[in-house]
Amino acid sequence: MNKRTCLYDKHVALGALIQPFGGFDMPIQYTNIIDEHKAVREHVGVFDVSHMGEIIISGHDAPRFVNHIFTNDVTKMKPGDVMYGMMCYEDGGTVDDTCVDMLEPNRYFMTVNAANVDKDSEWVHKQAEKFDVVVCYKSDWWNQLAIQGPEAEKTVTEVLHLPVSDLKFYQCKEVLRFDDSVIVSRTGYTGEDGFEVYGDKEYIRDAWDRLMRAGVKPCGLGCRDTLRFEVGLPLYGDELSKDISPIMAGLGHFVDFDKPEFIGREALLKQKTEGVAKRLRGIQLDDHAVPRHGYKVLRDGKEVGEVTTGYRLISADKSCAVALVDSSLKLGDRVEIQIRKKTFPGTIVKKRFVDTHYKKD
Amino acid sequence: MAKVIEGLYYTESHEYVKVDGNVGTIGITDYAQNALGNVVYVDMPDVDDEVEAGEEFGAVESVKAASDLNSPVSGKVVEVNEALEDKPELVNQDAFANWIIKVELSDPSQLDDLMDAKAYEEFCNNQQ
Repeated sequence: MNKRTCLYDKHVALGALIQPFGGFDMPIQYTNIIDEHKAVREHVGVFDVSHMGEIIISGHDAPRFVNHIFTNDVTKMKPGDVMYGMMCYEDGGTVDDTCVDMLEPNRYFMTVNAANVDKDSEWVHKQAEKFDVVVCYKSDWWNQLAIQGPEAEKTVTEVLHLPVSDLKFYQCKEVLRFDDSVIVSRTGYTGEDGFEVYGDKEYIRDAWDRLMRAGVKPCGLGCRDTLRFEVGLPLYGDELSKDISPIMAGLGHFVDFDKPEFIGREALLKQKTEGVAKRLRGIQLDDHAVPRHGYKVLRDGKEVGEVTTGYRLISADKSCAVALVDSSLKLGDRVEIQIRKKTFPGTIVKKRFVDTHYKKD
Repeated sequence: MAKVIEGLYYTESHEYVKVDGNVGTIGITDYAQNALGNVVYVDMPDVDDEVEAGEEFGAVESVKAASDLNSPVSGKVVEVNEALEDKPELVNQDAFANWIIKVELSDPSQLDDLMDAKAYEEFCNNQQ
């Protein structure tokens, strides 16, 4: 039996198509993926992402501990900053990718993928044994909404009355509602400006109702994937895994080798300096056929890799894939993707197929 | 409620064939387009290709998934709906008007193996 978020009954009442994802029964679409995708690119949409996991790390050793398990350098953060990075195994393979919110000195709030919460929680607890930290895993208590799109600031300010206009991209704040904490960050997974709001069940149910009354479009996980794909954001399980390191995924800028120590540093540094056999690349097809996860990538008839995610884009008139291919392939090289019985030619391009619109200033 | 049209023949994989003389017009049903969601690509055979009853002859791709097309009848492809190359979403707008291929039937007796509108409607109701 899959888990349900605190908004499950509301998704059913809205007529959502519900499918399993990450151990939850989640809304995939309410109307259709294209309408919901366009709402986020052009106006604003809200996602129930309460399936995501939350881990709070606090205590005297918290900065040192988070830095030990995380590829990026949290000592470069100040309270109210958010930082993206990965947790890796000793061999450089990826445990998960995660956003770390620094709430206060010595208190960090980590968001992890739903499908990985048990594995991550176990991993973090195990690493914590030698540190003076408290690891608090309360994913069942925390729920999360993502309000995304160019009108997100207006919506969060006017409908949810959260003071967010002073937040820049990748900043967060904690506000108290009665005695309970609500965390809001200017982050997301769509390539648009937007916010992620975390709170308890009562707060999130009330916030959802107010957003619905204000006419904000509910958006499902279907368009969450098309949105993140178009702007080159990875999904754990497709573009990152225990076999796909951040270096192979082209995410080396989230691995801070200036740090003297973190789990996986040695292996990742070796990959960076000596190179890797396979790496993720973007492919744009000449035609409109649709490449999908697992399809073979060929060059001169020889297999050179496999598609991790592919779509006919919604925000632009082209079909694109991200694929794990031989690292000898360079931007501009011609390849083919095997789609059923035919092969379709395309070109190696950057993984960001559509421009992002973040609020950085 | 998905639309079903009288006088057409239907498969369990949700294709229809409309017969005029010895030409069968083949597409996917309203039930199928609704279940698929936004159609973004239709993979069609070429004119003069042979299709076999019950065999795959192409695919309809929604945003999220590819779904094989199985031919209700055997025969030679005499026309493909080129409008779908630029506007695959026409299938969502009206799946019966926006057919996929036309086939010259090689064995009209194969129609006896297909469902009529009433049987197909019942079949769809039992899918839920």
